[in-house]
Amino acid sequence: MSEQAKTGQRPADVYFFATCVVDQFFPGAGLDAITLLERAGIRVHFPEEQTCCGQPAYTSGFPDEARKVAAQQLTLFPNDWPVIVPSGSCAGMMKHHYPTLFANDPARKAQAEALSARIHEFTDFLVNVLGWQPEDKGGECTVVLHTSCSARREMGVHLTGRKLLGDLAHVTVAQQDHESECCGFGGTFSIKQPEISGAMVEDKVKSLKATGAERVVSADCGCLMNILGHAAWKDRQEGRAQPSLPGEHIASFLLRRTEERSGK
Amino acid sequence: MSARDRILAKLRNAMPAENRPAPDVAGWFAGHRPVEGKAEKAARFRHFIELAHAEVHAVSSANWVQKLWEVLAAREIRRLLLAPGTEHGARAMNQLSQSGIECRAYDRAIEQWKEEMFHYIPAGFTAARAAVAETGTLILWPDDHEPRLMSLVPPVHVVLLDSTRIYNTFFEATQQEGWKDGLPTNALLVSGPSKTADIQVTLAYGAHGPKELVVLLMGEDA
Amino acid sequence: MNAQPIHFKPSEGFRGRAKAVVDNPFLRQSFRGAMDFLMTKRAAQFPDAEELDSLRTLGEHIRQYNLGKLPDLLVQLEENLARNGIHVHWAETPDEANAIILGICQKHSAKLMVKGKSMVSEEIELNHAAEAAGIGALESDMGEYIVQLAGEKPSHIIMPAIHKTKEEIATLFHEKVPGVDYTDNVDALIQIGRRVLRQKFLEADIGLSGVNFAVAETGTLCLVENEGNGRMCTTAPPVHVAITGIEKIVEKLEHVPPLLSLLTRSATGQNISTYFNMISGPRKPHEKDGPQEVHLVLLDNGRSQAYADDQLRKTLQCIRCGACMNHCPVYTRIGGHAYGTTYPGPIGKIISPHMLGLEATATMATASSLCGACGEVCPVRIPIPELLMRLREESFSAPHENPAMRGQGAGYKPWVTAIWRGWAAVYRSPSLYRLATWLGSRFAWLMPSNQGPWTTVRVPLKPAPKRLRDMLKERG
Repeated sequence: MSEQAKTGQRPADVYFFATCVVDQFFPGAGLDAITLLERAGIRVHFPEEQTCCGQPAYTSGFPDEARKVAAQQLTLFPNDWPVIVPSGSCAGMMKHHYPTLFANDPARKAQAEALSARIHEFTDFLVNVLGWQPEDKGGECTVVLHTSCSARREMGVHLTGRKLLGDLAHVTVAQQDHESECCGFGGTFSIKQPEISGAMVEDKVKSLKATGAERVVSADCGCLMNILGHAAWKDRQEGRAQPSLPGEHIASFLLRRTEERSGK
Repeated sequence: MSARDRILAKLRNAMPAENRPAPDVAGWFAGHRPVEGKAEKAARFRHFIELAHAEVHAVSSANWVQKLWEVLAAREIRRLLLAPGTEHGARAMNQLSQSGIECRAYDRAIEQWKEEMFHYIPAGFTAARAAVAETGTLILWPDDHEPRLMSLVPPVHVVLLDSTRIYNTFFEATQQEGWKDGLPTNALLVSGPSKTADIQVTLAYGAHGPKELVVLLMGEDA
Repeated sequence: MNAQPIHFKPSEGFRGRAKAVVDNPFLRQSFRGAMDFLMTKRAAQFPDAEELDSLRTLGEHIRQYNLGKLPDLLVQLEENLARNGIHVHWAETPDEANAIILGICQKHSAKLMVKGKSMVSEEIELNHAAEAAGIGALESDMGEYIVQLAGEKPSHIIMPAIHKTKEEIATLFHEKVPGVDYTDNVDALIQIGRRVLRQKFLEADIGLSGVNFAVAETGTLCLVENEGNGRMCTTAPPVHVAITGIEKIVEKLEHVPPLLSLLTRSATGQNISTYFNMISGPRKPHEKDGPQEVHLVLLDNGRSQAYADDQLRKTLQCIRCGACMNHCPVYTRIGGHAYGTTYPGPIGKIISPHMLGLEATATMATASSLCGACGEVCPVRIPIPELLMRLREESFSAPHENPAMRGQGAGYKPWVTAIWRGWAAVYRSPSLYRLATWLGSRFAWLMPSNQGPWTTVRVPLKPAPKRLRDMLKERG
C-alpha cells in the first residue's frame, strides 16, 4: 500500500497504466477513467513508455518473454505514487505475479515488490482509497455487471464494482445466473480451444441478456472484447441492426452517469 | 534393486531440504469447536443422523428392549441377528424370544453360513461404542461378538447407543479414547443407512448396506 | 464413447471430443445441472467463510507436511502394516501393479474379483488386465457398475455415471441384466443393482478397493464411501487387495479428521460420508469375519516425478474430492470423457502429464481459461492455475537437458516460440510498440473479417482509429 493509502490520505498524483487492450481497442474507456480521476482532483500521469503488463506471454507458458516485457514496465513509475490500472486482470498480473516472475532476479524482485504495493485496480482505488461517492445525474436504468475472474479472485473487484453501481441512485443492478463463472476469454485460450471458449461465451451472453438489463458493464476490457464480440456476432447472425447487448467499461458508464448533461 | 528401493531412492533424492513444522490439529479444533454439554451433543447427534435418514428413538435403560420389539414389529421382522455374548444382546434375546422373535447369534465363522447371512437375515442388532455429534455419526468397533458384517449385510440395522458416549467431534473421540495406541482390525463410522446418488444425482437409500438404520438413543433427555 | 485402449494419447482428438459434447445441447444441460447441484451442496456445507479458510489452510499444511517426509512415512507405514498382518507391495508402473494383483488372484485360484471404487485401479486399467488373465473383475459402486455394464469409463472421479440419464440406465439394465423389465424409477434401478451385486459379494474370491488415507503411525487403511460396497469388498471376500498412490499417506491419525471433513464436504456437500471404514488388519484367529489376507499395493506411476520439483509436488496434495471438476467451467461444458484420461477436469490436467508424459497430454493444459475457480475451492489449496501455466511452459519450451518432466518440449514449435519472441521484442521496446500500434490504428480497415478461431463465434477485432495516447495528446 502506498503511503497515502496507508494514512488514508488522498494522493495528489497517480500514474495511469492503461494496458495494451485499452490503449488499442478501448481508448475511450481509458480516457474516461482518467477524466474521472481528474475530476476527483487528482493529477494523472501517463508514462509514454508503457506497453503491456506481459500477461499474454505469462499465461501462455512463455515466462521469459513475459519477463522481458514486464521488466520494461518496472522502470516507468519512479515516484511513490499509486499506479491505477483500469483492468482487474492486468492489475492482478502486476500486483500478484510480478514478484514471482522476478523471483530469481533480486534487484528486479525488490522493484516488483515495491511496485506491487502501489498497484490499484481502478474501481478499488475509487472505493477504497478515494471513498468516491458518485452523484447520479442519469435517468432510470438497469445494468448488469460482469467481473473478470482474476479481478474477482485475485483483487476482489466484484465487490468494488458492485458498490459503485449500487451508489448510483437511479441505476438498478441486475443479477445474472452463474455470475462468478468465467466468460471464456482466457487470452490465448479463446484461440486454442475455440469450441470450449465459444460455448462459455455463448452461455455468458445468454445469462447477461436473460436479466433484461439494457447494458453490461465491466472493469475488464478483455472480457468485454469477448462478450461484446459474441453478442454482436449473434446480432449479425440473427439479422439485428441494433445491438441486443451493448456494453462498456465501468469508467465510461460512471462518467456519463455523473456528468451534467447526462443521458443513460 | 526392487521397485520398493527404486521408489524410495527417487523420493529420498527429491525430499525438500527442510520440512514444514507439524500442523497444529488440536489447536484448530480448540479454536473452532466449542465444548458442549451432554444434552446439546445428543440433540445435535440426533439432528444430523436424522438428516441422513436414520430413525432415532429416545429410550431408557428400562424400556429399550420394548422399543426394539416395536421397531421389529412395525416392519414385520421375526428374525434378528444379535450377540448373546454381550449384556445388551443377552437381554434382548431373553425378552424377544418370548415375544415370537427368532434370535440368531453370529456364532461361527462367516464361511460356514454366508448364504444364510446374505439371504435370510432381515435385521441385525448391535451396540455402538460411541458417537459423534457434529456429523451424526455412530462409532462401531466390530469384535468377536458383533463381527463386521453384522452391521452391513442385514437390510435393517438397529443400534443401541448410550447417549453419555457422544463426543463433539471425530477428532475428540480419537484423542480421548487413545485410538492411535490401539485400533481394532476394523473401526467404522456409520452416519446413516447405505445410500447412493449415482443415477442422475438422485438420492436413493439401501444401495449395498442396510436400507434402514434405527438408533435407540438411551438416556437422552426427553 | 467406448473404453479406450491402454496407451491412448489423450491429447489427440481432444478438440474433436470436446466439440462433440459442446454441440450436444442435452449433454450440456445435463452436466450444467449436475455441477450446479454439487456446487450448491458444497456451498451449503461451508456457511462460515473463516472456518472454511482456516480449515483449507490446515488441510494444505497437513498434506505438505506429510509429503515433506514421504519416504520416511512410507517405510513407517510398511512396518506398521506388516506388524498388523497386512502385506505391502510396491509398483513403479501400472504393469507391475497389475502383475502383483493378478499374482495374488492366481495364488488363490480366484475367478471373481469384486471392486470397490478405486480410481487407481482405473489408472492401471486393472479390469483389462484381469480379463486377459481370465479373472472376472466386477465394479460394485453403482456408478462404476453402470459404466462397466455400458462398456464405458467413469466421467467423474466421484460421480462415475454422471453423463448418463436414468432412461439410458433403464435401457441398459433392461438389455444387459437378465430378467429385468424396463424401469426408470431410480429406487427400483438401485435395487436391481443391489440384488445383482449382493450375490457377487457372496461369491467373490477377491475384494479390491482403493484407499483414501493410509495412516503410517497405526498401519491403517481408511476408505470413504456411501453405498457400503466398499465395506462389502473389504470384508466379505476371503482376500482384500487395496491399491493406492504413494502420496495418499498421513503420518498421524490426528491428520485424518480434518482431511475427512474437507473431503466429504468439498466432494458431495455431505458433512460426512455414510461410511468411514478403517482397516488395520485381516481377520484375527478368534474373529468370525473379515478377509483372511489383506494386501496393499503402493503405486508410483509418475508420482515420484511430480515429487521431485518443489512446485509440481503440490499436485500430490490432492485428496481426490472432485470439487475442482464440479466448479470448472470447462469440465461443465465438455464432461469427463472428452479429456481421455483416467482423471478428468483440472486435477486430471495437472496429474495426468506425470502418469502419461507430456507428449500424450500437452493439449490438456491449454484447455483452461485460468479462471481460478478450481484453485479457489481446492480443499488443500493446490494452486491449479499456476501449475497449468507451468505445464504450458514445460510443454512449449525447446527440449533441454535434465527436464523436470517426461515429454518436456513435446509441444515445442519453433514458429510459435518465434512469434512470442517477436511479440516480446515489440512490447519491450516503447518505440517499436508505438510504431506497431500506430500502424494498427491507421490500418485497422486491413484487419481481415476472418480471424480464425476468434471469429467462429465473435465479430472481428479491430483496433480503434485513435489510441489512448493519441487521444491524450489531442486533449492536451
